[in-house]
Amino acid sequence: MLRVRTRDAIAFQIGVAIFLSIILFIILIPLWRVIVTAFVPLDTYTREGIPFFLAPWDWTVEAFRQLITHSLFPRALLNSFIITGLGTIISLLLTIPMAYGLSVKNLPGRNFFMILILFTYLFSPGLIPVYLLITRMGLTDNFLAIILPPAVSVYNTLVMMRFFEGLPDELREAAALDGANEFQILWNVMLPLSKPIILTIGLFYAVYFWNEFFTPILYLNDHDLMPLPVLLRNILISASFNEYVEYDAFSSSALESLKAAGVLITMLPMLAIYPWIQRYFTKGTLVGGVKE
Amino acid sequence: MTIDYHPNSNFNKRLVTFKIRSSKLLNIMWRQRWIYLLILPTVIYFLVFKYGPLWNAQIAFRDFKPLLGVFDSPWVGFKHFEAFVTSFYFNQLIGNTLIFSVAKLILGMPLAILCAIALHETWLKRFRTFVQTTIYLPHFLSWVIMFGVLLVVLSPGNGLVNDVIKRFGGEPIPFLTSPAHFRWVVILSDIWKETGWSTILYLAALLGISPELYEAAAVDSATPIQRIWYISLPGILPVIMLITLLRMGHILEAGFNQIFVLYSVPVYSVGDIIDTWVYRQGVLQFQFSLATAVGFFKGVIGLVLILIANKIAKRVAQQGLF
Repeated sequence: MLRVRTRDAIAFQIGVAIFLSIILFIILIPLWRVIVTAFVPLDTYTREGIPFFLAPWDWTVEAFRQLITHSLFPRALLNSFIITGLGTIISLLLTIPMAYGLSVKNLPGRNFFMILILFTYLFSPGLIPVYLLITRMGLTDNFLAIILPPAVSVYNTLVMMRFFEGLPDELREAAALDGANEFQILWNVMLPLSKPIILTIGLFYAVYFWNEFFTPILYLNDHDLMPLPVLLRNILISASFNEYVEYDAFSSSALESLKAAGVLITMLPMLAIYPWIQRYFTKGTLVGGVKE
Repeated sequence: MTIDYHPNSNFNKRLVTFKIRSSKLLNIMWRQRWIYLLILPTVIYFLVFKYGPLWNAQIAFRDFKPLLGVFDSPWVGFKHFEAFVTSFYFNQLIGNTLIFSVAKLILGMPLAILCAIALHETWLKRFRTFVQTTIYLPHFLSWVIMFGVLLVVLSPGNGLVNDVIKRFGGEPIPFLTSPAHFRWVVILSDIWKETGWSTILYLAALLGISPELYEAAAVDSATPIQRIWYISLPGILPVIMLITLLRMGHILEAGFNQIFVLYSVPVYSVGDIIDTWVYRQGVLQFQFSLATAVGFFKGVIGLVLILIANKIAKRVAQQGLF
């Protein structure tokens, strides 16, 4: 954009920068407070509550140590990784072929399949019919109950379909002339060209499964199957000392610190993959996906 | 069955063309057989996990007895729908649902547009990237994590806000359990979480505006405010309208996950929405038919709204939503 450095323009720039800084602080201050709460030592906490700033030598990882050594924690972490990993793989295995099939324009019945999936996007009968289906299939206390009902997102399928449609037809035709069947075309020609979109949509599925807490509460009664967000929720709603937090009069960190540490640990994998996701969504990969 | 060919019969001519056409179609279908095989698992998936629930949804019109199963439970017509519409919680549930979704839209959208314009206007490139990275982040946090963040900020004991209130000599406020404040917590926490992410669409639209327009404005020495008012805003108006319409289509989606995590018995009257009620009635109280009827009711209204929104979008913005 053309930049004319008049006095007005510079005053306006300062205004814009101040506005953005305020927004930035509104986002950052609560997160900062979580960090300080998680690292505050117990004696500081009992003396003066939670300070806004904590001297560098006062930071303690006691709350994290207590949380990680908790009997339910390793199991919950493992469960979360299984649900996220398996869920993402199943989701992609169901999404990619469908998106590819629908991107073949002259496929007889393409409109039928389109309507078949679009209708489920537009009309949902709600929670109870799904709940009945899952419980009657005997999937309670099974990770598949968490993974299967949301496995294919219609939106993601359509975004991926648009991407496949954007690839030149000549590629398919040339491969077909060479005698490749559709499996080989998809696997050897299309997939290598679609790495960015597959990675992006895979990451969105992964984020979804990592964050999911309602269906685990709904379908998993066995404590050994509890994923991390559910454990975190149980810790967060424990107003006092109970079975979820091994906290007693001799505890070396405050209940608040344990809660905040739980929040940070659950956030951590998200923060780790965040730069990867960000690289793609700034390019506008996901903008304008659903449009017929 | 054998068919006699009478070349003069009109019927048989049509039959022949039909046969040729269908054999052509079969031919194409045979050539695409691998594609059908590829999409078969997903089609089966959709039939089982998306249309299976649709089949179960008929219990909205039956008195569902788990022992009898979906198909053999007695038929009762619209009994459950009538029970819901005439019940005293109908107004409360619809009211709360609409208050949340409308407030989130009306308060969140202008802020998102303002942020997008500010990000678009600023000359500080590094700063812009940093702000973008930061404000997109909360979108990726689950509502359980958000609950933890809100406890740290709002709890009456050690919450940041209440620390400030106490410092100024006020009484701490139990934001999450106080009916007077709960709605604001829901609305503002959603805005805190999602506004940054929703700037993406506006920002993309702003970047799509022709640079020539801005150059012409600079030549005419337009002030920054004029530039925003006469170029940027009209430039993203179609996107604003599309998003508003889409959100209107989803007006009954007030944010189940958020309410489910944040609410508690003291704030049911101001916080309970259709989805949370359906969950409690169906899963916790075993009122399967009634809960399904309410979910079905919501689904039908949602379908009608989104189809209307799509029609309007096609007329007004020359672009459908799907």
